[in-house]
Amino acid sequence: MVKDLQSKEAIFQLLSQIVDPEIPVVTIEEMGMLRDVVITENACEVIITPTYTACPAMGIIEDDIQSVLRENGVENVTVTLVYSPAWTTDLMTEATKEKLKNYGIAAPMHSACSTWMTAAEHVTCPRCNSQHTQLISKFGSTACKALYACQDCLEPFDYFKCH
Amino acid sequence: MTTQEALFKYTLRLGDNGLIQGQRLSEWCSRGPILEEDLAITNLALDNIGRAQAFLKYAGEVEGKQKTEDDLAFKRGEREFYNLLMTELPIGDFAYTVAKQVLISAYEYFLYTELSNSTDEIIAGISQKAIKEVRYHLAHAKDWSERLGNGTEESKARLQKAYDELWSYTGEFFETTEEEKVLAPSKVAATTKNFEAKWNDMINEIFTISSITPPTAGWMQSGSQNGIHTEHLGHLLSEMQYLQRAYPDAKW
Repeated sequence: MVKDLQSKEAIFQLLSQIVDPEIPVVTIEEMGMLRDVVITENACEVIITPTYTACPAMGIIEDDIQSVLRENGVENVTVTLVYSPAWTTDLMTEATKEKLKNYGIAAPMHSACSTWMTAAEHVTCPRCNSQHTQLISKFGSTACKALYACQDCLEPFDYFKCH
Repeated sequence: MTTQEALFKYTLRLGDNGLIQGQRLSEWCSRGPILEEDLAITNLALDNIGRAQAFLKYAGEVEGKQKTEDDLAFKRGEREFYNLLMTELPIGDFAYTVAKQVLISAYEYFLYTELSNSTDEIIAGISQKAIKEVRYHLAHAKDWSERLGNGTEESKARLQKAYDELWSYTGEFFETTEEEKVLAPSKVAATTKNFEAKWNDMINEIFTISSITPPTAGWMQSGSQNGIHTEHLGHLLSEMQYLQRAYPDAKW
């Protein structure tokens, strides 16, 4: 490993630049997927957690982690996937939610709003801020999203499901 | 049965349920009744396959024979699979898939709620993830059951027929398997009998809102815990495993 990169903070800093391949306006750190970096004498273990068990972006994220660290001279990198504690949308900060909104994705409400009986109600349209919106499909373009439509500006939009 | 053998079979079975269910659901890809359902059902398939991947990976580690999740998925024969019979049944029409999803998702809702507190950290971790997804699957299936049951005469008749046909495959959900006997006392495994009544209550509630007459209990199918399956599993596997059988260890 390169000397000046030996600190956990430096490596964490590098990794926190990696963007989510499906939502390139937020990083894996902002999404709460980057969990920890463990440095030993001659190896580095990066611990990540998936949003959904089968999130197809995980393979790409793992490749991105490997290549970013390789480019910066960090060798012997292993990427470990952990499930516990389970990822939740509550890990996103308000700033991250704002970025999602500006990208056209309505941000998740608190996970407690999602019970097994109901889908989220009163999702705010990310374009015109109307609360007059309707669920079109519980499942959207990726595992983590549902499809809504605004009844005021008439635009369809993605909603990041509470999880 | 040693604890290790029990843990292997237990995790293998959890993985097989996800894998076979996921493979079946994926058959709806491009054939959904409407575009939104095409998306929905393939998303359900994806969640199931993700869960299968996690459990089969763990099963491979427990077995200790250097098998990966892919080895376990693609290089086992029919008699070495332990998925519940209901998961391997053909997709049928949309009502049949909805009924199947109601019965299975409600079962998994209670199963993964229990397993989220498993004393085995890996099982607990995967289950805490799975329960969030299953909850959503259940909500989706319940909505459609309600819509079809209160829709047209045709949709109601099809849904009723589906529940009637599937009912005999629900007995397996609550059989006490050998591995459960070994693992449940230490709370590694769930005791399925503990939530049988709760499952029944939930299903009856869904029947009520769906205007469905509860199927009469009778002969219950059994066999999957010993690797005995319906004639459908072999056909499913021959398609799913074709590539790895024809070109072993092929990668992309």
